[in-house]
Amino acid sequence: MKREDVPPPYTAVTRHEVFPTPTHDEAARFNFLTAFNKYLSGVVGPGNKLAYEKRVLPAFRAEHQRDPKDRFEIRHAMNKDPWHRFWSACKRNSMEMRQQNGRSMVLRQLEALDAKAREFNADRPTLELNPSVATPRYQNAVDIHCMPGSYHGEERPGDVSAGANYDCGIFATTAGGLGALSDGGGQALVEWIKRERPGWTPKRILDVGCTIGHNIVPLALAFPETEIIAIDTAAPVLRYGHARAQALGAKNLKFIQMNAEDLSRFPDGHFDWVQTTMFLHELSGKALPQIIREGVRVLAPGGLMLHLEQPQYSDEMPLYEQFIRDWDAFNNNEPFWSAMHAMDLKKVIEAAGLPRSSQFVTGVRAVVDPTVFPVAASGEKEDHGRAAVWNAYGAWKPQS
Amino acid sequence: MSDIDYILRAGARAKGKRPDFLGDPSSERMLSILLAVVGEVSVLKERLDTVERLLDSKGTISRADIEKYQPDRDAAYQRGLMTKEYIARVMRGVQQEMEAMQTDEKPVADISVDLRDN
Repeated sequence: MKREDVPPPYTAVTRHEVFPTPTHDEAARFNFLTAFNKYLSGVVGPGNKLAYEKRVLPAFRAEHQRDPKDRFEIRHAMNKDPWHRFWSACKRNSMEMRQQNGRSMVLRQLEALDAKAREFNADRPTLELNPSVATPRYQNAVDIHCMPGSYHGEERPGDVSAGANYDCGIFATTAGGLGALSDGGGQALVEWIKRERPGWTPKRILDVGCTIGHNIVPLALAFPETEIIAIDTAAPVLRYGHARAQALGAKNLKFIQMNAEDLSRFPDGHFDWVQTTMFLHELSGKALPQIIREGVRVLAPGGLMLHLEQPQYSDEMPLYEQFIRDWDAFNNNEPFWSAMHAMDLKKVIEAAGLPRSSQFVTGVRAVVDPTVFPVAASGEKEDHGRAAVWNAYGAWKPQS
Repeated sequence: MSDIDYILRAGARAKGKRPDFLGDPSSERMLSILLAVVGEVSVLKERLDTVERLLDSKGTISRADIEKYQPDRDAAYQRGLMTKEYIARVMRGVQQEMEAMQTDEKPVADISVDLRDN
């Protein structure tokens, strides 16, 4: 048995100063879920494809005298298959258990967590909350990834419960694939930019839809001279994210509660790096292009736009893969996931003002300490939807 | 201690209609209960392992020792392996059903007839 086949323990998670303190058994619950998720994707996940090839597809062909024409037809056919249904039921339960376990741990110590966050947050110019920011419809139509209260829910006014719950469970959901601070994505961005533009120090970075800031803190630490602004519409994750960033020493990072569809508070060309990480799939068909347009407007000539996401669906991607990548959309409350991944992002970015010639797509894999954390699996055994392997859709804004 | 009923609130339901996986609400509930118990047995096993390791190393234990126990790399691997084995045992039926999809097998009764006659 290879070491990397056994997930790291929950005790390997870095407990920064606002991280909830797990009891022995709470950590053990996350250990179970980590191993269970790894089992569902790695050991029995390939059974879905088997069911499809051995019986679902032949039955579909017999009935329709043709192959499925899109991922939706595959989904409807697979949703009748007893094996896929049972697998999905197990996976859904695992997601629900993760929420209950995380919330239980957070809520029983909420008083202490809120107090700790207040220590880092009170009167700091680096946290700007604005209660007049409404929760967008695409954030509260359902509770995203079955997270009760979504990002904006509060158990009591002014709390950090949503942020703390989000932070404490990422490890189990991704089977440790994002590293000790669940920041493997942000670490990957740092590694990528240092390779791509050695010696470049951006003046200002805007991180849109930052949640708890786990993917922007590594950039803030890597570029201590850079002025960084991270925005989100949800106050509870910003309170937690700001306290977390301060606890980790990222002092050049300001969190602002605002809706990215309107960035009018920033002048044209204000930032030389505008990014989102795993955010575009939580928007809507109208909000996404608007946010990209605003992002392009506030981006300086020569600046970098970068969006980290799971790979987009394309004609080259087999329909079965599109279907399995869509699992979270319909079974884990990610209602825009499917539509977003079918969008032609290059076209959207082009329409927002960045020509194709300025665009690029590159693969990014989470950067973690490989002595403790697993390197993310890809391919058939990949945990589709939450594997720490992404595509970066980017562009360097032309000088004129 | 927070004034929130954290036990009740921990189990809050997420907004959004839950998919029907198994075609029968009772089966859905039974699976939810079963998987929660499966998880809790895993927690008990890990706790017992902690107790044994503390007894091995110190000859005595306290609740405080259990709470602050952090496995080193080797212990973490052994415990992870234990959980992995445990899940493989619990999920045997699912895994074997997956294996069964890979083959086209005749009912054993047919083979029985075949062996009788040939």
